[in-house]
Amino acid sequence: MGNVLTIILQRLALGALTLLIVSIVIFVAVNLLPGDFAQNILGQGATPEAVASIRKDLGLDQPPVTRYFDWLGGVLRGDLGSSFAQANFASFTGTDSGAKTVADQIAPRFANTMFLAMVTAIIAVPLSITLGVLAALYRNSVFDRAANITTLSSISSPEFFLAYILILFLAVLNPILPSLSNIYDGMAFSERLQKSLLPALTLTLVVTAHMMRMTRAAIINLLASPYIEMARLKGLSPMRVIVKHALPNALAPIINVIALNLAYLITGVVVVEVVFVYPGIGQLFVDSVKIRDIPVVQACCLIFAAAYILLNLTADIMSILSNPRLRHPK
Amino acid sequence: MTDETPLVKIRGIKLEGRSDETWNPIINGVDLTLARGEVLGLIGESGAGKSTLGLAAMGYTRDGVRISDGTVEFDGIDLLTASAATKRDLLGKRIAYVAQSAAASFNPAHKLMDQHVEGPVQHGVNDRGSSEEDGIELYRKLRLPNPDEIGFRYPHQVSGGQLQRAMTAMAMSCRPDLIIFDEPTTALDVTTQIEVLASIRDIVEQYNTAAIYITHDLAVVAQMADRIKVLLKGDEVETADTRTMLSAPTQEYTKSLWAVRSFERPKKPGVSTGAVPVVSVQNVDAAYGKVPVLFDVSFDMHSGRTVAVVGESGSGKSTTARCITGLLPPTAGQIMLDGEVLPADYRKRSKDQLRQVQMIYQMADTALNPRMSIGQIIARPVQFYLGLTGAAKRKRVDALLEQIELEPSEYYNRLPSELSGGQKQRIGIARALAAEPKFIICDEVTSALDQLVAEGILRLLARLQDDLSLSYMFITHDLATVRAIADEVVVMKDGRVIEQGDKEEMFRPPHHAYTDLLLSSVPEMDPDWLTNLLTERGVDNIGDAAVDKM
Amino acid sequence: MILWIIAALVGMGALAWGFRFAGQAATGNAPKFRDMPYGVAYGYVLGAVVLLWLIWAYMQGRSSDPAIANKFFFLRIAIEGFIIFAIAAWLFRLLGCAVGTAWSRKMFRSMPLTASFGILTILIYAILAIFAPAFAPYGQEQIIPGVAANIVPGGDVALGGNPEFPLGTDQIGRDIMSRLIYGAQNTVGIAFATTLLAFLLGGTFGFLAATLGGWLDQILSRLVDVLMAIPSLIFALLLMTIASVWAPQLGIPLTVFMVVIIAVIDSTRVFRLARAVGQNIVVMDYIEAAKLRGEGLGYLVFKEILPNATAPLLAEFGLRFCFVFLTIAALSFLGVGIQPPLADWGTMVRDLGGFVNYAQFAPLAATAPLLAAGAIALLTVAVNFVVDWMLHKSSGLKE
Repeated sequence: MGNVLTIILQRLALGALTLLIVSIVIFVAVNLLPGDFAQNILGQGATPEAVASIRKDLGLDQPPVTRYFDWLGGVLRGDLGSSFAQANFASFTGTDSGAKTVADQIAPRFANTMFLAMVTAIIAVPLSITLGVLAALYRNSVFDRAANITTLSSISSPEFFLAYILILFLAVLNPILPSLSNIYDGMAFSERLQKSLLPALTLTLVVTAHMMRMTRAAIINLLASPYIEMARLKGLSPMRVIVKHALPNALAPIINVIALNLAYLITGVVVVEVVFVYPGIGQLFVDSVKIRDIPVVQACCLIFAAAYILLNLTADIMSILSNPRLRHPK
Repeated sequence: MTDETPLVKIRGIKLEGRSDETWNPIINGVDLTLARGEVLGLIGESGAGKSTLGLAAMGYTRDGVRISDGTVEFDGIDLLTASAATKRDLLGKRIAYVAQSAAASFNPAHKLMDQHVEGPVQHGVNDRGSSEEDGIELYRKLRLPNPDEIGFRYPHQVSGGQLQRAMTAMAMSCRPDLIIFDEPTTALDVTTQIEVLASIRDIVEQYNTAAIYITHDLAVVAQMADRIKVLLKGDEVETADTRTMLSAPTQEYTKSLWAVRSFERPKKPGVSTGAVPVVSVQNVDAAYGKVPVLFDVSFDMHSGRTVAVVGESGSGKSTTARCITGLLPPTAGQIMLDGEVLPADYRKRSKDQLRQVQMIYQMADTALNPRMSIGQIIARPVQFYLGLTGAAKRKRVDALLEQIELEPSEYYNRLPSELSGGQKQRIGIARALAAEPKFIICDEVTSALDQLVAEGILRLLARLQDDLSLSYMFITHDLATVRAIADEVVVMKDGRVIEQGDKEEMFRPPHHAYTDLLLSSVPEMDPDWLTNLLTERGVDNIGDAAVDKM
Repeated sequence: MILWIIAALVGMGALAWGFRFAGQAATGNAPKFRDMPYGVAYGYVLGAVVLLWLIWAYMQGRSSDPAIANKFFFLRIAIEGFIIFAIAAWLFRLLGCAVGTAWSRKMFRSMPLTASFGILTILIYAILAIFAPAFAPYGQEQIIPGVAANIVPGGDVALGGNPEFPLGTDQIGRDIMSRLIYGAQNTVGIAFATTLLAFLLGGTFGFLAATLGGWLDQILSRLVDVLMAIPSLIFALLLMTIASVWAPQLGIPLTVFMVVIIAVIDSTRVFRLARAVGQNIVVMDYIEAAKLRGEGLGYLVFKEILPNATAPLLAEFGLRFCFVFLTIAALSFLGVGIQPPLADWGTMVRDLGGFVNYAQFAPLAATAPLLAAGAIALLTVAVNFVVDWMLHKSSGLKE
């Protein structure tokens, strides 16, 4: 067991290191911006005093290395700095009290996005794995071919195309679900669910297609292995061959598939949130990109990257844990 | 067992395999009859369809294979029309299967014993407790070490030879009437093979189980089978009693198979004292990273002679070759060419030094660039080393092709994928010859080939050596090949030279203990060979302690 | 509603049982029906029901009552489109089998319908992109004089449409139909250039890393690991933010920045593949033979490695192109991609998206945004079909 523990610790350390480097990359990228942030924000007509005040506000008068460690330290404490848009507002009005920090802005939206991702995962994971296993079992059948064409088309379509198709059929032509997801605090769960369903279905379409194809490939690969043939030649029932011989070995690839696709959700969520005006972190990110609210962009980027790394790490560790060779060393 | 119906009765079976959307025949109408308690050997070269036929005897076909005609009866039950449930009831319980690669055929997620008892429990033959006891008993009979606990390990914790025996035990778990052995010892080293062969033979005899034993190795089948059926490209060549078949084969093809083993070169005069060896390996140590793999290896190779380097997998034969070519610079010692020290790294060697040492590879498939035509492959060294271009180059390539007995006009523009395995290997030889070297390393050049083809390659190499007075370093694990072509023999084990000397000397006792084990483990065509060997060694001596690696 | 669905499912269950039983009786217990699991029988029934529903829906779409016909308009178009595409692909394959060299004829004969559909579609796009000015009635930046802005698509005068501009005009009076056709040139062209750049970068470094190994390989691989740890669309958005500040200062169009940014991000994936493919080739004995012969790096890469890497690289090029194309479309849709006045499909979808809500009473108006989005989807689907077929072919038809 000690062996596995070392490997896992190594992976964890590697993940942490990657995240650290990613944070540096993000910070450096942001600091590649030309000229002065403050000047940029206030425009050419701003008074030197206002610019200086914002610079001090945002800590822009410090050298980059100090700023990086300040930022990183803040991130670790949960303080993501304050939004430019807000800072701007604060310095003009002279009241600092009303200013919202980036963390305050992100927190509720992050929760919304997690909710959306969760709903998607709950629908997509069982669906795609069932379909994937079925396609693998009945490969080259009509069902498999139809599934292949459908999933390939769905993967190839941009998310917004799928989103509009769903809106067209489920919101406009048959008004079953709302096409706008205006979610707010204190909403009843059922209503919240109903409003999130259309974006969740869009994401499901994309993710299911990916997941199903990967599951199918993994299972087909597995079913071709000699020990499955052996199990069949021992006269075991098809059910037992699948449950007892295929599934324990399929666990690792399937977990991998799930984690990879949840990671994929992160990217997909941005576009889908924009289409449905869903108040999640993806929408915030895009809005901040447009108004160049650097601290928010930076923070969102870091969160996305962290989630992505974490999911890939989970996949990695799970597949190590489910490998009998590592679990039972010689 | 006075029942008149044969256990297995196959009549006019035809099997087809799918490739590129078309169905090509694999077996064209073969009959097979097997009596109770009889062992039938099924032999043939690769592509003869023996495995497919073996599986068809179980009423099973792999994906992409179908039975297009014929009948398969097991104990009077028609397997081809039987329902899936009926077949499931027979498989595992009355018909069992032992696969070629035990390591891949055991489920890595379950312990050996769990997989062993699955058959009896699922078929309702026995309950879990008593089949576990029976399993331990079988392990003991198959002479597995620690029979009481080995079943509670995972497959990857057990060595290949032991797994193969555990799989035989698993096949026996329901005491079937028939076991299909599909090349069960092909993946094993010779010394391990003996143990598996002996234990399979014992257990099959003990329970009077009928078996179909599939292999390409004539000597192995001679030990195991009562009767032998020879297949060639999906057709039966002949079937006869083992002793009759060995002493008096009737068909030309069978005779030629038998004749392969008789090729042997005449003995050459010894090396004159004081002659400078073409290549000399002197006190070489080598390591992969920090792991040392070679220890103080020394031997000489002289012009016009062949040195066979023998050993089992992992003995350091190929590593020695890598040191000579300069791919793996030795950590100590040196390589001499014509009395001069060669730079350790091939990148530091001169073009002429590189030209003198050529190599022929085991897998002709990976040794030839699939995107280059035969002409281009052979022309490159001609141009690179000898600077020939245009018509002169073409002439030289044609000459080389003739030397390896391929018609230049026919093969010059072909791609490697359009050639057979033996022809590809000949191209590999031509490429080496094109450099006009003094010394060629032949790395297991015949082990991926069928016996007849392999013999052709050996004869070609021998002729070229006589014509061009080349020096060969012949890496092999097959002692029959050594006997055929070698002048001197170097035996290696675990990165060390165990013994070396003249071939005659080496094949004559007394030997070093390991050489002895290696030599005596090579199956011979005599059907009594295994029995005699076991008596000679004493049954206990065959145990694992000596050789079986964990 | 839910009760109805459950009832239908249970009913189909009974049907499936009956179907299997009838099959067994009719064929005298042939193996096909005897060994048929219940789930498979259920699958057949389910498939039949879906097929029947589609036929019913299609008939509804042709109904004379406009309310019903409108409701099923899109389904009808989809079904008709599917059939037309299938027939076109089939005809194209027939054509391919009849003309051309022996090699291309053989290729067409073994080609599945999906791949021939893919090739046909790619050809049409290529023609459309190259000859866009010939097809488009107006220029992409042309503001048509005397024509109002914001004409509603669909050509329905009652709603504010104009039959001369079947897809309407945009907010400054440019013909959307023309912009859609020019979109092929811009969107596809830019994506193609980006993919080429990504391959040049990723391929070169990937093969270098595979051939040379050692520290170069280590450094490049670690760098790529880090870059790949950031989701690509997110990273692209971040860099685009920064680029959008730089672009006006340097006077370089933002689109150029976008091409470079996406190419760099995407080249990491190409690097991985090229390196893996390269490494698989480098361990081959014929490479060892060439090295031992004393061949230089140039010969090794261009004569020995590259010719053997073309098949996987070509397939990857298709996949990468799809990915780049979708990323650009997404960026444009979000408003930070291809910039006006260049006509582009992603931007058009965003601008026209609202018309989807017209679908109930004016289906033609709603087609405008779907046409733009569908144009993107169709091309990626086509490329993916072809790549899928290529991969299937090169994997030796194992399945």
